Amino acid sequence: MREVHVGDITAAIEDLCIQACYDLPGDVLCALKEARQKEESPLGREIIDQLLENAAIARDDRVPICQDTGVTVVFVEVGQDVRLVGGDLYGAINEGVRRGYERGYLRKSVVAEPLFERKNTGDNTPALIYADIVPGAEVKLTVVPKGTGSENMSIVRMLTPADGPAGVKALVRETVERAGSNPCPPLVIGVGVGGFLERAPLLAKRALLRQVGRPHPDARVARLEQEILDEVNALGIGPQGLGGRITALAVHVETGPTHIGALPVAVNIQCHAARHAERIL
Amino acid sequence: MKTITTPLSETGVRGLFAGDRVLITGTIYTGRDAAHKRMVEAMDRGDRLPFDLDGQIIYYVGPCPAKPGQVIGSAGPTTSGRMDTYAPRLMASGLRGMIGKGLRKPAVVDAMKVHGCVYLVAVGGAGALLAQRIKAAEVVAFPDLGPEAVYRLHVEDFPVFVGIDAAGTDMYAEGVARYRRS
Repeated sequence: MREVHVGDITAAIEDLCIQACYDLPGDVLCALKEARQKEESPLGREIIDQLLENAAIARDDRVPICQDTGVTVVFVEVGQDVRLVGGDLYGAINEGVRRGYERGYLRKSVVAEPLFERKNTGDNTPALIYADIVPGAEVKLTVVPKGTGSENMSIVRMLTPADGPAGVKALVRETVERAGSNPCPPLVIGVGVGGFLERAPLLAKRALLRQVGRPHPDARVARLEQEILDEVNALGIGPQGLGGRITALAVHVETGPTHIGALPVAVNIQCHAARHAERIL
Repeated sequence: MKTITTPLSETGVRGLFAGDRVLITGTIYTGRDAAHKRMVEAMDRGDRLPFDLDGQIIYYVGPCPAKPGQVIGSAGPTTSGRMDTYAPRLMASGLRGMIGKGLRKPAVVDAMKVHGCVYLVAVGGAGALLAQRIKAAEVVAFPDLGPEAVYRLHVEDFPVFVGIDAAGTDMYAEGVARYRRS
């Protein structure tokens, strides 16, 4: 059995928090440059230019792309042939977040309790950690700093099987239209279909991690993605919601098994700063 | 491109129109969710506000911490709609401008028309670029709120668009209508 020391996980998480917040992934940059070419609105093009310049400043000056460095969502895949030593996994991840947000001068945006005091924990912990046991002897860490401008515009709804693909399309369209300028378009739209109430949003969030614009391997799902993208971009919302052709850079749909009587659908809206970083130990 | 300096007069505000590109130079104040709640609570109690609102601009932002040698960390706008509950109260006390991103409720637009206030939008997610236009920053109220504290900022050529002008014309609605196909 391979041993992995949780201290190595802490160190990796620390680096990944900073990397994700400073370096916009290459696929997102490519998608923005392509959007710059396609956008017809002069103002929209001006906004995309500002976003590209901003990404270059963040990368070169080693500063955050956006001040909302988010709640730190962490996906962990632990190979079942790995034995973790040296402490507890969740503690190690939170320690990495604490160190990364301090060393990287990232904003701390987590309140300990949501309804009454809403007191900032001061170190961006706890992270939202989703751990899965997978085959193999590796540990895969994915850090997703997620801001609230886009998260607040996301939704989960229990459709019925009769609603089908048309129902999914209508829900995405309704969600994007309601969100308007708030979630900082151009967007990446993650759609999770299937599971039960709690699973659909996780599928939607994981859909955001796919390389931007890479179609789903199932041709039927890929076609649905393209149809939704076309509909969303016909809304005219455009960059920053100030009008234009490019409301979304991509739509990613992930599906999963569900009950014979169920069709849960979640739409997770991601702003143009589609930040994530991963490492395999 | 128009340039404005703070503090703003009502005449100056009413001379800005939806869609204008504007560069701001001068003092502005930051404030977001928690600071707005505290300011309105202070007004309810009849207490003095931490700064005089007359002619001022509030920027809806919670910046990143400054690195050594930096004035301020990344500092782009947050979603303005969350301040809609509070904004009309501040306008009634002299606030002339708000900088943020996203849509505003009709009650906010009505108050803008009555009091002579302008809603300016900065590009959301351009926090690294916008921080370079901030030349000085100091906390003037609610330091316990951390990133949500009220800062006094000195900005030079801070780039914004007029999102909604004091006549109520909405650049968002006009822009979307122009490009909508469905």
